[in-house]
Amino acid sequence: MYTKPLPTPSRTSAEFWKAAKRHELCLQRCRDCRYYIVYPRSFCPQCLSSNSRWEKVSGRGTVYSYTIVRRAGIPGFEKDVPYVFAIVELDEGPRMATNIVGIEPERVAIGMKVEVFFDDVTPEITLVKFKPIRS
Amino acid sequence: MSSLKGKAAIVGIADLKPTKSTEETSLELTVKVAKMAIQDAGLDKGEIDGLLTNPGAGTFWSSVVGEYMHIYPNYSDVVDIGGASACGMVWRAAAAIEAGLCHTVLCVAAGNLRETRPEGTLVSQGWGSMRAEFENPYGPMGGVNSGYALLAQRHMYEYGTTSEQLAKIAVDQRTNACANPDAMFYGKPITIADVLNSPLISDPLHMLDIVMPCSGGSAFIITSAKRAKKAAQPQVWLLGAGEYRTHDSIVYAPSLTTTPAKGSAEMAFRMAQVTPEQIDLVEPYDCYTIIVLVTLEDAGFCKKGQGGKFVEETDLTYKGQLPCNTHGGQLSVGQAGGLGGGMSHVTEACRQLMGRGGARQVANPKLAFVNGNGGVMSEHCSLILGV
Repeated sequence: MYTKPLPTPSRTSAEFWKAAKRHELCLQRCRDCRYYIVYPRSFCPQCLSSNSRWEKVSGRGTVYSYTIVRRAGIPGFEKDVPYVFAIVELDEGPRMATNIVGIEPERVAIGMKVEVFFDDVTPEITLVKFKPIRS
Repeated sequence: MSSLKGKAAIVGIADLKPTKSTEETSLELTVKVAKMAIQDAGLDKGEIDGLLTNPGAGTFWSSVVGEYMHIYPNYSDVVDIGGASACGMVWRAAAAIEAGLCHTVLCVAAGNLRETRPEGTLVSQGWGSMRAEFENPYGPMGGVNSGYALLAQRHMYEYGTTSEQLAKIAVDQRTNACANPDAMFYGKPITIADVLNSPLISDPLHMLDIVMPCSGGSAFIITSAKRAKKAAQPQVWLLGAGEYRTHDSIVYAPSLTTTPAKGSAEMAFRMAQVTPEQIDLVEPYDCYTIIVLVTLEDAGFCKKGQGGKFVEETDLTYKGQLPCNTHGGQLSVGQAGGLGGGMSHVTEACRQLMGRGGARQVANPKLAFVNGNGGVMSEHCSLILGV
């Protein structure tokens, strides 16, 4: 059984999680000022417009910063330590919190090129993680 | 341009001795330390007409505290900007005094560790919030440990800062704590090797880079310029104040290496019309070693990116070139519950400026820089205090 915290999609964020479930990374984007709205909001934080749409993005990015978590701070992660909690900067600009997977934690580095990895953790929820791009 | 410079002064201070276990409730600790501060100021309780508290155990905390100790304020509020709340109280009180709403304000924050609200109940981290939905599923560690780790990692990447340099901050502050009998880690000096050999918690942070929570708290009394001149204690003047916030979660911070400490410090120095070179001692918020380093850079005590070299080459002890967190800081005194930790930076600066530093007294200080930080370098308040 999956015991870690799960997102509870809201009216505002449901599209993000639906896209993840079909293995697409979609971001909300303001139709008026073109700003990528991450995390999803009812108003664009830049121009406060409520006129937005969902756009599929490349799913590629760069490790902006990361930490190797050695002790579980949130229940459910006890068996996962050590693991990498990171901020990834997407090629389109916005940053998001995630895990870097598919690599030894000690080999992760800032500036590393990564691509999205969809982790189907439950039948309902797919988490958006990232893995190194193999060259 | 209007200014709060010289409009109000701190005339009474008090700190509880930090402890890991106490029977006393947060409310009892709050009233206990408030009473000590009132006595220190040589005031009658009836003279207090302003009350600022931390968020304490919940909504209406300022009213609860006021009722418990029969204080009837004309001006009261809860200051809810995390570790920046203490510094935030100082200028809010001064502004209310300057506006004529009140003349003498009790500022207090204390907490029993066991009553400190569990993280899940904080609005910004609760169920259904942005963090619960977009961060917690990925397992950030221990509230903000991972947040500060992300910041430290990025600083190391951009500027070559090392774990040894961060450790030096913990070591110098511990030296200060060894001259403060009230510090949790009094009598326990450490070396850089001790810090580096302590367990990695969330890379690159070692256990000794991280603050230890405790029960405790502090209080101080701010009064008008007119009344301050008749005070029992040497008065400590508010000369400059500045506040600035850029984010809630570190994931959405505009920068991981230049923080709101910069905006807040620039404003405080501008109001006080002094420069970092004139400052005799600094009391920067210190829940982690990295934040001390980044705050010293952002406040202009060294250039951006030079913080590592600066702390390596500068004696930060009370005997040194730039005395820093002279009581030992939260890293060595302990971080009092209920945001009480940030209060000690204000009371310690006053203690030094009043010449009551005891074994850790800095030689004849005139100007202090004090800073508070809430969240993960989310919101900062900086003060210039002087005698």
